[in-house]
Amino acid sequence: MIATLLQLLLSYLKIGFFGFGGGYAMLSLIHSEVVVNNGWLTNGEFSDIIAISQMTPGPIALNSATYIGYEVAGVAGAVVATVAVCIPALTIMMLITRFFLKLHNNRYVASVVWCMRPVVVGMIASAALLLIFPHTDDGRSFIDGWSWAIFLLTLAASARKVNPILLIVLSGVAGIVIYGL
Amino acid sequence: MRELFEIFWSFLKIGAFTFGGGYAMIPLIQHEVITNRRWLAEKDFLDLLTLAQAAPGPIALNTAVFVGYKQRGYVGSLAAVAGVVVPSFTILLLVAMFFADIRNNQWVDAAFRGMRPAVVALIIAPIVGLTRGMHAAFVALAMAVAVVVWYFGISPVWFLVAGAAAGVALAAYRGKGVKR
Repeated sequence: MIATLLQLLLSYLKIGFFGFGGGYAMLSLIHSEVVVNNGWLTNGEFSDIIAISQMTPGPIALNSATYIGYEVAGVAGAVVATVAVCIPALTIMMLITRFFLKLHNNRYVASVVWCMRPVVVGMIASAALLLIFPHTDDGRSFIDGWSWAIFLLTLAASARKVNPILLIVLSGVAGIVIYGL
Repeated sequence: MRELFEIFWSFLKIGAFTFGGGYAMIPLIQHEVITNRRWLAEKDFLDLLTLAQAAPGPIALNTAVFVGYKQRGYVGSLAAVAGVVVPSFTILLLVAMFFADIRNNQWVDAAFRGMRPAVVALIIAPIVGLTRGMHAAFVALAMAVAVVVWYFGISPVWFLVAGAAAGVALAAYRGKGVKR
């Protein structure tokens, strides 16, 4: 139990520390820690948690930390993962704020941000690839033609700025009609 | 003490009412921090967003640290972060406890089969906006990172470190040029 909590702590410190580019970019990092490195969740469970995190308020990284922490080690796990994911942001952002005016127009900061942009975009794309073409068979996101139809419709609606929560709810209803009835 | 509670309360509202995360919550933060509380001037807000995006971690959390620190130092930062975390933690813990019992229900399972491909579409959607105006070589680099992380299961951390190192090297190189 203590070993699991410690591993959760380390994993989420890592996720918080390297979580550049916000929510979606952090997904491939979370996937790499939670599914690939530690085997705490399957691909399918990971995908379910993203859906839940999108339907509930708050940043996706925080939501997934609480949920995955609970799945792995109960309430203690939820607390450990949530606190751990906050610590790097808290420390680094506090330092940045302190030296705010000095760093403001710093060419190093601007250059680093510029060079990291393609990596952040690549991380978002890899999260999508991992869900579309997983390496294992448990819990595939795409199971038949209907999956692809839902995928394309959601993509088109999202490009027209339709509310993402509404899209998740509608696709859930579609799932019930297609697979449940 | 009263101001600390105000900081906590403002960020509690931001944490409780922002769905979707990231950019979706910027207008709410703006309204609360600038219009309601007057903690920041409009021009400082843009600086704040740049910094919040440059630092690792969720944008909401970084914003909370910045505003809290500016108002009340370390304690202010902690109060603001607690505000953002409390709603999301409480709600997700309840969902996690409840969800385990219904996950294997036939209807819930069918709903999630429908939601999974939609989730993938929502992840892909922002890529279009992010690559707009980006140099073709950078787009190619981004796709290469995506394929390598996905296919070989290499942790994206290495690419972030490489990107940061390239940024530092580039700035140092350019700086030398200016001095000459």
